[in-house]
Amino acid sequence: MIHYVLKRLGYGIVTIWFIATATFFAMHAVPGDPFNEAKAASPQLRENLMARYGLDKPVSEQYLIYIGNMLQGDFGISFTQENRRVNDIIREHFPVSAILGVAALLIAATGGILGGALAAYWQNRLPDRAMMIAVVFAISVPSFVIAALAQLAIVRVNDWLGISVLPVAGWGGISHIWVPALVLGLGTMAYLARLMRSSMLSVMQADYILTARAKGLSDWQIFRKHQLRNAMLPVVTELGPTIAAITTGGFVVELIFAIPGLGRYFVQAIQQLDYTVIMGTTVFYGAFLVLIVVLVDISYGLIDPRIRLHGANR
Amino acid sequence: MRFYPGDFDALPAAAPEQMEDLVAAPPLWRILAQDARAVAAVVVVVLLIATALIGPILWPQDPARQWLSQVSSGPVEAREVAVIDDSRNWRPSITAVDRLQAVQATTTSVKLVWPSVSTALRYRVYRDTQEHGSGLGVPLAETTQAFYDDRLQLREQNYRYTVVPVSAAGDLPQHFALQVKPSLTIGLFEASLLGLNTQEGRVELPAHPLGTDSLGRDMLSRVIHGARTSMLVGLTAPILFIGIGAFYGALAGLLGGWIDNTLMRIADFVVALPFLLFMILFRVAMGIESGESGLFPMVLAMVLLSWPGAARLVRGQVLQLRGSAFVLSARMAGASNIYLIRRHLMPNVLPLLLVSLSFAIPQAIFTEALLSFIGMGVVPPTPSWGSLCNEGIRSMLSHPHELIVPAVAISIAVLSFNVLGDALSDAMDVQLRRGNR
Repeated sequence: MIHYVLKRLGYGIVTIWFIATATFFAMHAVPGDPFNEAKAASPQLRENLMARYGLDKPVSEQYLIYIGNMLQGDFGISFTQENRRVNDIIREHFPVSAILGVAALLIAATGGILGGALAAYWQNRLPDRAMMIAVVFAISVPSFVIAALAQLAIVRVNDWLGISVLPVAGWGGISHIWVPALVLGLGTMAYLARLMRSSMLSVMQADYILTARAKGLSDWQIFRKHQLRNAMLPVVTELGPTIAAITTGGFVVELIFAIPGLGRYFVQAIQQLDYTVIMGTTVFYGAFLVLIVVLVDISYGLIDPRIRLHGANR
Repeated sequence: MRFYPGDFDALPAAAPEQMEDLVAAPPLWRILAQDARAVAAVVVVVLLIATALIGPILWPQDPARQWLSQVSSGPVEAREVAVIDDSRNWRPSITAVDRLQAVQATTTSVKLVWPSVSTALRYRVYRDTQEHGSGLGVPLAETTQAFYDDRLQLREQNYRYTVVPVSAAGDLPQHFALQVKPSLTIGLFEASLLGLNTQEGRVELPAHPLGTDSLGRDMLSRVIHGARTSMLVGLTAPILFIGIGAFYGALAGLLGGWIDNTLMRIADFVVALPFLLFMILFRVAMGIESGESGLFPMVLAMVLLSWPGAARLVRGQVLQLRGSAFVLSARMAGASNIYLIRRHLMPNVLPLLLVSLSFAIPQAIFTEALLSFIGMGVVPPTPSWGSLCNEGIRSMLSHPHELIVPAVAISIAVLSFNVLGDALSDAMDVQLRRGNR
C-alpha cells in the first residue's frame, strides 16, 4: 500500500512539474513583451521594469528561477497590481471559489443521487419522465444561459414580492451562495442523476431485492436499505472526476454572479495580460486538480484492493 | 422515453425466439433506423449542418447590417414603408392649436405642436412608454417655442407625451398630454446608408422572422451565421482530435513495449492539464489579444488538449484485439497486417470512435460557446452562438428573445448530438449482445 501511495504521489509531482513547465513556455511564446509603450513610458523605465521582474535574463535562467521560486511556493508579484503578490491574490480569492465549489458539489451529489434513485423507483411514471426531461434540459443548456435565466428569475420574484428574497449577484452572506452553487452544480447533478437511475434500475433487478421482498420488508425499507445503498457505490466513485469539472467550470458562474473568486481574477488577468497572475493561477489550479486526483486514486486503492494491484502493475 | 445507455441493462434480453439471434448481428444503421429518437436526432443534425452550409443562401440577409428603424424588435413581416426626409429642421406651418397635437407621428420623428401659454417661459416635454404610468416618463427637452420634433429612438409602440409649461415661479399645473403610436417609417439618411432605392418615396423593409437585436441586426441571419462558426468549431475540432488520438493510440497499441509506455505517459500528462485554463492560455500564447477573433487558435487548442481520450480508447481496443482468439487464428492462417487492420481492427474500433465523436461534438460546441461568451473566442461582429448569448444577456431584462434565440440553438444542437450518441451506444449494446450469442 505504501508503495502504491508513494508511486501515486511521485507521479502527481511530476505532473505538476509538467504543468508548470508547459505554462512557463506557453507564456514565453507570447509575442512581444508585457511592457509595451502604454505601461513603460521611457526606455529607462522599461529596462528597470524588465530587471525588476527578471525578464532581462536568458530564458533558461528565468526558467530555473521560476521553478526555484515555485518550489518555495512563491508565485511572484502581479504585473498590473504592483503591490500584490500572486500568493496573496490566491490566498484571498481561492477560498471563495472553494466554498462555492464545495456547495455546488454537495447540492449536485445530494440532488443527483436522490433524484436518480426516485426516478428509478417510479420508473416510466410521471416523476421519472419529469426528472429525465429536467436532466436533458440541464445537460443541453449552457451554464451561462442557466445562470442568466436564474438571475432573471430572481429579479422577477424580488419585483413581484416587493422585497429582496435572494440577492441577484455579489458575495457575502449565505444567501449569496445558493443560486450560483445550484447553477454550477446543475450539469453534474444531471449527470449523476442519470448514472444513479441506471445503477438503481440494475440493482432493482437483483436477486437480493426479491429475497428482501419475500421476507416481507416494506417498499420503503427495501428502497432505503437495499436499493439506495447498493446503487450508490458506482455513483460515488464518479464523484472524483466531477470535482475537477466543478472547480474549473466555476469561473463563468463567478463572472456572471460577480463573485470575487479566483476564476474571475484569472479571466481578468488574461484580459490585462498579467503574466505572473496567469502563470501562478494556472499552476495552482493544475496542482490542486492533480492533488485531488491523487487523493481520489489513493482512497479508491484503500476501498478496492483490485485497483491497488492494477495500479502497481502499471 | 428511453434516453440512456444504462437503461438497456434493466430491460429483459431479446426474446430467444427471434430469428435474428441465430444469424449474425444486424448492421448498426439498421438498429438505428428502428430507433425513433435516433432517426429524429439524425434529422436534426442533418438540418443543422445544412443550415450552416446553405442557410446564408436561403436567407441572404447580411448579419452585420443594422436596421436602425427596427432595433430590438420582435418578429416582423416584410413591409413597405414611407421614406421621410429628416435632413432639415422642422418649423410647424400651423401654430394655432387648442391642444397638444401630433402633426406627424412616425418612427423617424414625432412632430408635436401645442397652444402657447402666455405665462410660460419655456416648456418641458416628457415621453413615457407606459400608457397609464404614474410618472411623466423621460424628460426629452426644454424648449421656448410651442412645438417639438422628437427623433429619439422611436419605435412602433404607444407613447404618452406630456408637455409641462414652466413659468418663472416653476411648473404650471396646466399640462398637455397626448397618446400616439408612431407608424413605421425610415429616414432618408438611414435608407441611403442601407443602399435602398428611395426614388419612389417608399421602400420595402425585409422580414425579421426572429426579430432583431439591440443594434437592429436580423436575428435569423445572425443565428444562421452563428451556426457556421459553431458547427465549424464543433465538427472540425472533434474530428481532428479523435482522428489524431486514434492514430496515436493505434500506434502505441501496435508497437507495444517501452514505446507504448512512453506514449501513454505523455497522454496522461496532457489529460492532467486544466482544460479551460489552457484553452485560454494557448490563445494568449498565440498572441491573440482580447478583441481579436481566435477561431483557429480555439480549434488548435482543443485538438492539442483533447486527443488523449480517443488514444486511450483505441489503444485499449488494439491490446484487447491483439490477444483475441480470432486475430490469432487469422494470423496463423497467414493474414497480413493490413488485412488484420482492415478486417478486424477497423470494424471493432470505428463504431466506438463514432460514439465518442458524437459525444465530443456537443462538448466542443459548448466550449466554443463558453469561450466566446467570456470574450475569449469569436469576437463581434462575427456571430457565434456563444457571442450572441453574450450580447443577448445585456438586454435580457427588456428583450429576452435576444438571449433565448441563440440559447435555444445551442441547446438543440447539443441535445441532438447527445441523443445520437446515446442511440449509437445503445445500438452497439444490442449488436454486441446478439453477436455474442
